[in-house]
Amino acid sequence: MKVLVLGATSAIAQAAARIWATRGDELLLVARSAEKLQAVADDLRTRGGKVETMVHDLNDRSSYSTLARLADVVLLAHGVLNGPDVLQTNLVGPVELLELIGEILPPGACIAAISSVSGDRGRAKNALYGASKAGLDAYLSALRQRLFHKGVRVVTLKPGFVDTPMTAQMQKSPLFSSPASVGRGIVRAIDGRRDVVYLPWYWRFIMLIVRMIPEPLFKRMSF
Amino acid sequence: MLKTGGLDRFISFQDGIVRCEAGITLGEILELAVPRGYFLPVVPGTKHVSVGGAIANDIHGKNHHRAGTFGRHVRRLELLRSDGSRAEVSPGDELFNATVGGLGLTGLITWAEIALRPVPGAAVQTDALKFTGLDEFFAISDESDALCEYTVAWLDVLSREHRGIFYRGDHAAGAVRAPRARVSVPVDVKLVNGLTVRAFNAAYYLAQRGGKRVGHYDPFFFPLDAVDRWNRLYGKGGFLQFQCVVPAREGLRELLDEIARLGAGSPLTVLKKFGDVPSPGMLSFPRPGFTVAIDLPSSEIQTFARLESIAAGAGGALYPAKDARMSAATFVKSYPRLDEFKRFLDPAFSSSFWRRVAG
Repeated sequence: MKVLVLGATSAIAQAAARIWATRGDELLLVARSAEKLQAVADDLRTRGGKVETMVHDLNDRSSYSTLARLADVVLLAHGVLNGPDVLQTNLVGPVELLELIGEILPPGACIAAISSVSGDRGRAKNALYGASKAGLDAYLSALRQRLFHKGVRVVTLKPGFVDTPMTAQMQKSPLFSSPASVGRGIVRAIDGRRDVVYLPWYWRFIMLIVRMIPEPLFKRMSF
Repeated sequence: MLKTGGLDRFISFQDGIVRCEAGITLGEILELAVPRGYFLPVVPGTKHVSVGGAIANDIHGKNHHRAGTFGRHVRRLELLRSDGSRAEVSPGDELFNATVGGLGLTGLITWAEIALRPVPGAAVQTDALKFTGLDEFFAISDESDALCEYTVAWLDVLSREHRGIFYRGDHAAGAVRAPRARVSVPVDVKLVNGLTVRAFNAAYYLAQRGGKRVGHYDPFFFPLDAVDRWNRLYGKGGFLQFQCVVPAREGLRELLDEIARLGAGSPLTVLKKFGDVPSPGMLSFPRPGFTVAIDLPSSEIQTFARLESIAAGAGGALYPAKDARMSAATFVKSYPRLDEFKRFLDPAFSSSFWRRVAG
């Protein structure tokens, strides 16, 4: 299997890539920072993966057609929690990119994108992040329908809280999972058949409840 | 405290030399190395320790009589000092010797290069011999250290006659299956007390048939790793470990007699003879003699003080890695290279241990 990992230095992407590397899969890693990407690639090579790298900003779409043509699986893993570019990095960039990749991928291929449980309902605490992920969810659902008849799968990955550099400033609670366990979940989801996967699984039920809270009540809450 | 879990990448693995960031655990190295025919030169009683921690405490294992400490097998490491400078050091450099066993006080280890040893596979051939009395232990220990790579004894510390089981082993060829999934202790529940320890020890001793077997390395080296969060069996108060080394047989006898007399029981009492392979570390703990490790409920403060004074009186030393209450006097007396070490301290690094014994 050949996996194209976009945003390969993210902690969650690394965790999944380690499993693929250990299995002997081929990896094509794309990230912005050359130095970090080199460290990640060395790690994955040492673990047994066949690894190629490409330093690239994901907002620049010029060379993706060539990359995607080579892949069986595309994992879209880049994202930011806050800052001025949340909507661009988490939503606009990925959508433009997937529009392109979706056209190119051959039948039997799989697109998996890391969204978030935050997309299930907007909260005051992370309005832009939640909005970007809700938008991504809607787009992935549309793309899934569009590519279904072509035989290309689209998997929406929805992790809950994960203990990564992105959440380093957040107060940790028992609801936090390790990148390793979310990485295992991603590999399983891509090997499997589900369309929308919560990681870990119990977030499906937590978010079900969160979505069921009536708006008049929800607006008064502060979690 | 600096958590180095983020430094969790391998850098290279070639010809039995692994280079990795300091937060990689020994378990991760074994997962990588064993299928490729290599094993760590020294492993402690748990695989959940980081490379940085293994170096900073210059850990030892069941093959100390042959391989010495972990630090002897480190070929090179990088140290990040609090002034932002990075130093790459290797055996022979004074800063290297200070960092090995340096309790993390000379700076942050970012990566290290370790020389592994070739092995025929994941199997170990082990042999268990029951003994009664220290004379029998000494005899088996001397014989086994000459024969085997790994030797260690489990001791029924509450039995006054000092009965126990001596384990010895070597790497072996052959296919073996990795152990099954771990069990976990879900909540704090105090099951360890004088009565249960006595019952457990007696049952463990009697149930052990002794004899040779071939199995996977994991349960031989890391028996407790099979029980996730086993520490919860000591209840909310928790426990502290006491580990010391005493140079001579008489000191060991006195120490064990006192432990039995105090009823300071733990189900996990480990006894091993250290060899005379020297370590590069200025503050390394292992030295020729006998080492004893026991777990005690945190509340048994007097017992700790009593055992410390016996060990110190016998010319021994306590293991800083496992210590929570050693006195400054004992530390200064048993670590003669302390003044030499202090020259390499990083001014921004300290620990509660360090403030107690050297502050």
